[in-house]
Amino acid sequence: MENTDTKGYLDMELLRFTTAGSVDDGKSTLIGRLLYDSKSIFEDQLEAVEAASRSCENEEVNLALLTDGLRSEREQGITIDVAYRYFATPKRKFIIADMPGHIQYTRNMVTGASTADLAVILIDARNGVVEQTVRHSYIASLLGISHIAVCVNKMDLVDYSRTVFEEIRSAYRRMSADFISGHIHFIIPISAKLRDNVVDRSAPMAWYDGPTLMELLETVPVNRPQEHMGLRFPVQYVIRPISDRFHDFRGYAGRVASGILRPGEEVVILPRGQRTRISGISLAKQQLEAAGTGESVTVELSDDIDVSRGDLIASADGKEPLIAQNFRVTVCWFNQKPLRAGNRYLIRHTTQQVQGIVKSIDSRIDIETLEEQTGVESLAMNDIATVSLKTSAALAYDPYPVNRVTGSLIFIDPDTFETVGAGMII
Amino acid sequence: MKIPNKLTHLRELEAESMYVLREVAAQFDRPAILFSGGKDSIVLTHLAYKAFYPAQIPFPLVHIDTGHNFEETIQYRDALVEKLGARLIVGSVQESIDQGRVKEETGYNASRNRPQTVTLLDTIEKYKFDAAIGGVRRDEEKARAKERFFSHRDEFGQWDPRNQRPELWGLYNGCKNVGEHFRVFPISNWTEMDVWQYIYLENIEMPSIYFTHQRRVFFRDGQWLAAEPCMKLKPDETVETRQVRCRTIGDISCTGLTLSRASSLEEIINEIAATRLTERGSRADDKRSETAMEDRKIAGYF
Repeated sequence: MENTDTKGYLDMELLRFTTAGSVDDGKSTLIGRLLYDSKSIFEDQLEAVEAASRSCENEEVNLALLTDGLRSEREQGITIDVAYRYFATPKRKFIIADMPGHIQYTRNMVTGASTADLAVILIDARNGVVEQTVRHSYIASLLGISHIAVCVNKMDLVDYSRTVFEEIRSAYRRMSADFISGHIHFIIPISAKLRDNVVDRSAPMAWYDGPTLMELLETVPVNRPQEHMGLRFPVQYVIRPISDRFHDFRGYAGRVASGILRPGEEVVILPRGQRTRISGISLAKQQLEAAGTGESVTVELSDDIDVSRGDLIASADGKEPLIAQNFRVTVCWFNQKPLRAGNRYLIRHTTQQVQGIVKSIDSRIDIETLEEQTGVESLAMNDIATVSLKTSAALAYDPYPVNRVTGSLIFIDPDTFETVGAGMII
Repeated sequence: MKIPNKLTHLRELEAESMYVLREVAAQFDRPAILFSGGKDSIVLTHLAYKAFYPAQIPFPLVHIDTGHNFEETIQYRDALVEKLGARLIVGSVQESIDQGRVKEETGYNASRNRPQTVTLLDTIEKYKFDAAIGGVRRDEEKARAKERFFSHRDEFGQWDPRNQRPELWGLYNGCKNVGEHFRVFPISNWTEMDVWQYIYLENIEMPSIYFTHQRRVFFRDGQWLAAEPCMKLKPDETVETRQVRCRTIGDISCTGLTLSRASSLEEIINEIAATRLTERGSRADDKRSETAMEDRKIAGYF
């Protein structure tokens, strides 16, 4: 159930998170628990799940049935695709990107992680840190998720043992030491099934003095990178009204990727490099004094210069982005048709699409050992690698760790038009 | 002016939806908004107005008319179209039935919900729309929880859940082969509560049937339905006058009415916050089977 206070609700903020675990870690049960305990599940949904549980001959209500939606999934007891779930507490609205743990895991996890502020990674207390735990943590850090919540689940099945939890915590810290710098990790002992430390504190685990998962979700800062970042405003669409009243109006519509737009500020239009000033910022009829990261607005410029979709309006104060035609890119491959050196793709970057050729595959990450392998000839589905890419036109960009919008791109197959890979510019 | 460190969730949802609408305008040749007259398509149209202001919305509004409409919906639609200076295209289910394109369901629970998929696909074909923008939300139903913003449809208008394109960051891939088209859902991430709060925040005018009013109704299968001429009463059903409002608006035959005295947006918001049933719980079309929505989506429903 959502907040009834109209004013309070208007002030809520949004947190997007992703959940990952291996098969049978109890991920669906955890999500069901969050939805159920935050009263986000309605009576008719609960009734449907109770009916479905009975037909599966489960004795108690199976919370996992709340999240496994499609018929083919129920029949096979698996999750096919990323599913999105919503719940709200009086403090925040949450969007969960729920990843299946088994097939095509890298592809799905990369997709869900690309828009997430936080990742929840599940460990089965009986099994401890497994290969998939390493993989999920690595992908979360690769995709630039700043907060990671590791939940050691099924604590009830190890008698709520503090020793078991502490051993798992040490093992996790050891194995993730190589790539967790810059990411904030929380490790929480829970039982999703019996609700310990999910929303309410656990009585049997009184020895744990950290936050519950819900406390963490409600308080983790969702900062918008701005003051210290350069302005990045990719032009999406040029607005030219056909009316006498707005005869001379020419507006550039887009969403602020980083920094702050302010009227009067000097900006540079990339990649060509013309300089001009912001003369106005508007959101429909409202004139704005400024617009920050994440806001969709329309910008007017002082000079009548040629600006079109795909151009980037950026700071002209020393915080300019980089411009290049040759890139080193970390790629996650999504398609059955392998990536090979020499292959051509359509590359979508911010609001433009160009052609690209993969010049070489430089190294592949062995997702099990996290070691780099060289001399690789092709990439298969779910592979992660570093490649050299050349584009048909210069792109204004930032390295991915600096800016997730101007540092990301996707590979599109020029024949089938499928999205075949995700790229992060190094 | 100091910029707050955070966007409220409603402003972030608004910004995301405007971004998606602008991507549609930029990536497709012939997009259209599917306008049902319900609150979701009203919010969608409002977002399109904001995304392209001061220019007009660069796509027509398409109404798939089942012929069983609440009068208030049609009046609202026509007034909105005139106010926005938008182009309206009506696809008529009655016409599809008259032309023998689809067979009218019979019996007491006959609905024009299934036939409207045929009319929708015919209208898309006739006007060569390459993107049909809908006000569908992922929180509505479990099959919709797996929808993309840009949902790919093959030449037959079918949705294949296994063959959807992964959507990373805000990079939406609208490339397509001849004959293929897309359904686009800019308000995917909104919940019913977000929609009403946004209507309140933006003070959007709504059709009167969302607010409490007296109506002639009858009770069937656990819900109140409107006693309009297109509805056939069973011998044991009786018509009475009740104080009701619509929580969702669809074809009359499958729109359940809520007994309610909510006469303002604040009262509606409080009522929803206290409700223990989902809004689709008042839609008879979803109750046909557990996978009713999944089956209709695969056939080309939106």
